Amino acid sequence: MGKAFQFYPEAASSFAGQIDNLYFFLVALTTVMTLGIVAVALFFFVKYRRRSDDECPEEIEGNIMFEITWSVIPLVVCLGIFFWGTNIYMGMVQAPPDSVPVYVVAKQWMWKLQHPNGRSEINELHVPLGQNTRIIMASEDVLHSFYVPAFRTKMDVVPGKYTSLWFRPTKIGTYRLFCAEYCGTSHAGMNGWVHVLSEADYAAWLSGNVANESMEEAGERLFTENKCNTCHAATGNTQLGPSLNGVYGKSVTLKNGRTVTVDDAYIRESIFQPLAKVVAGFNPVMPTYETQLNEQQIMQIISYIKTLKPVDGQEGGHE
Amino acid sequence: MSNDTSSPKVNYLNNDYSIKSWLLTVDHKRIAILYLIAISFFFLVGGLMAVLFRFELATPQGDLVSAETYNKLFTMHGMVMVFFFLIPSVPAVLGNFLLPLMIGAKDVAFPRLNLASWYIYMLGGTLTIFAAISGGIDTGWTFYTPYSSTYANTAVVTAGIAVFITGFSSILTGLNFLVTIHKLRAPGLTWSRLPLFVWAHYATSIIMLLGTPVLAITVALLAVERGLGFGIFDPNLGGDPVLFQHLFWFYSHPAVYIMILPSMGVISEIVAAFCRKRVFGYTFVAASSLAIAVIGFFVWGHHLFLSSQSVFAGMVFSFLSYIVAVPSAIKVFNWTATMFRGSISWETPMLYVLGFIGLFSIGGLTGLFLANLAVDVHLHDTYFVVAHFHYVMVGGVIMGYMGGLHYYWPKITGRMYNEFWAKISFLLIFVGFNLTFLPQFVLGQLGMPRRYYFYDAEWQTLNVLSSAGASVLGIGYLLPVIYFLYSLKNGKIASQNPWGAKGLEWEVADTPPDPHNFHEIPVVTEEAYAYAKEAH
Ligand SMILES: [Cu+2]
Ligand SMILES: [Cu+2]
Repeated sequence: MGKAFQFYPEAASSFAGQIDNLYFFLVALTTVMTLGIVAVALFFFVKYRRRSDDECPEEIEGNIMFEITWSVIPLVVCLGIFFWGTNIYMGMVQAPPDSVPVYVVAKQWMWKLQHPNGRSEINELHVPLGQNTRIIMASEDVLHSFYVPAFRTKMDVVPGKYTSLWFRPTKIGTYRLFCAEYCGTSHAGMNGWVHVLSEADYAAWLSGNVANESMEEAGERLFTENKCNTCHAATGNTQLGPSLNGVYGKSVTLKNGRTVTVDDAYIRESIFQPLAKVVAGFNPVMPTYETQLNEQQIMQIISYIKTLKPVDGQEGGHE
Repeated sequence: MSNDTSSPKVNYLNNDYSIKSWLLTVDHKRIAILYLIAISFFFLVGGLMAVLFRFELATPQGDLVSAETYNKLFTMHGMVMVFFFLIPSVPAVLGNFLLPLMIGAKDVAFPRLNLASWYIYMLGGTLTIFAAISGGIDTGWTFYTPYSSTYANTAVVTAGIAVFITGFSSILTGLNFLVTIHKLRAPGLTWSRLPLFVWAHYATSIIMLLGTPVLAITVALLAVERGLGFGIFDPNLGGDPVLFQHLFWFYSHPAVYIMILPSMGVISEIVAAFCRKRVFGYTFVAASSLAIAVIGFFVWGHHLFLSSQSVFAGMVFSFLSYIVAVPSAIKVFNWTATMFRGSISWETPMLYVLGFIGLFSIGGLTGLFLANLAVDVHLHDTYFVVAHFHYVMVGGVIMGYMGGLHYYWPKITGRMYNEFWAKISFLLIFVGFNLTFLPQFVLGQLGMPRRYYFYDAEWQTLNVLSSAGASVLGIGYLLPVIYFLYSLKNGKIASQNPWGAKGLEWEVADTPPDPHNFHEIPVVTEEAYAYAKEAH
């Protein structure tokens, strides 16, 4: 927005610096290697130009030492770059446990974002400076990709599953949010802004508008509206289906003997495809809610289930 | 080996002038010409689309064409260039023409199949043009699901069938080359005496034969889902969209080597002929082609780092992608070393070798950014990727293709092209290309996503540079069309071996070759590129 011409994108997340270091190392390597090879080639080109038509240079057989040198050195350099990058990447895939979630639903051609307290936004994201923020994403239609260049982070949004990314903003400011995976006619229009605010500004922004119900409240309402509670106890004992108190984050044994951890993806799957992974001791009777609930509502229900505390002497679902 | 040019000898061009003799020919040399004409046409179509959308991108807002049209333009550009130009370019034109000549054979192993390949290619091409005018296609050349299978309202199935059909032309060419190289080598032409062009085509044919069926299956599954509603890739039907990406790139990454390996083969030939030297490290250059063909099949997942593929899979694919970089580096070093103490002649083909070395180095080295798990997170799906693969494909494939076309033009037509205009054209292509794509690396690092119809105003300067470069590049490509066509009637008559090159195709076969290539079966008694042995 009216910014001057620049060669270097803003760096505003905790891993932007690390990635840029490697990036600039690679730029230097590319420049030095390319100029080096071209310089040598041009030097030979001029120095050994044909001076007479009957010239016949002496044969030079290959040289095994040269071959080994220019195979091994690139290999070692490549492996070094591989380990360097993989090391940074390992820090990027696992969100720290204290991350605050923001739920994102992508659809042609907009971003719908919802904070745990219920505040929702479209194509705008407000986050406080220095807070570990985890973006949990689902798509209502096709592939999209959540991309904030200033944070050096990006992740595809894949219909049919949850994907996520996390970041810690390190600089107050307003940054571009793009959809990076081609998604149809208005793909270029599927973008917005990320606002990194100071602690105080963020609090003011949060309290600015709390007319909505929180995600948990919405989830609780959906839970009763859709009659989930006829089979799944939220606070009491096991009924027709596994009770859900304290179930989030636990692992449960399935009918086929395997175990699965109750996380966002498993809950989502159990609502959309209930028969895929049935908990041991229960009958496969639950119908799918694919047509009744959308991705955003599922996220609200998950937020609600997360709040359900274990009841004494009773661990829901854990048979 | 006669230099008698007074009475025109019978050759493959003048033995029969009828249209029928061209359209029903089973002569590999004439089939190569048929391919040359068709491929040049598709290159022109694909290039015009690029010029159009580069004009659109000269301003940040969308103004010249609509968003729908823009999306169709870049899709058709990618599809036409990849499937109808880059993949067949070197193998179908130069490979077809030269393989039998280089190995001392009368023709390829299955001449009729060879002609069938061309007709299949034309059928696929015609269908693609039909898809373009009957609604177009807007999925990107990658056809990612579920957009392509469910949401797009364009001629996806027609385009899919076109790709499916064209794939068979590639499979048949690969099969033909493999059998030809195995079975039809002249007496004495052992594997270790094969020209590197032949080695490169051998490696390429393996990829064509093993990889292309996967592409056919993938687009067939896509058509089945879109047409019949079977759930394969769309999660609403119980499918998996990421499965499509795995299948697609299982072919499409090795396809990069289908494009680049034959071009590398051309570079080996030119560098030997214009330095009058055996290619330095012959064995390593030959073996690196095979290494690339094999390892190239195990790196496809580097296109899926952000697709929700597992982190462990990402690590393995990243690692293997770094390994596959090494054999390409070996080739570049060996070509450069070949120039050392050579006798280097400065004609246009050699300029294309220099162009290849410079541009392909940038293309290869920027691949190291994208093979990297951490850096790819930022650069994936930005203009950096667009710049990178154009450096590989234009900087690599087209440099080799153009170099080869100039080098073999006298062999193919019996005429010399105009050296002055050829050098001007090379210069325009080289400068125009860099001007088009260097700014795109910067745009990618700044965060501009690819396939964007409009963009932030601060990126205009770089986009204008890129569009200006594309115009220069366009002129650079048009010049050869003019001077090559002009040379057909007015070019200097080529001598038997105008470059003084080694090899059966130059030393034994006539220029232009006899319809049956050789008057008698040649016997090979020396290794390839034995330049020194002859003089002393
Ligand atoms: Cu999108
Ligand atoms: Cu690849």
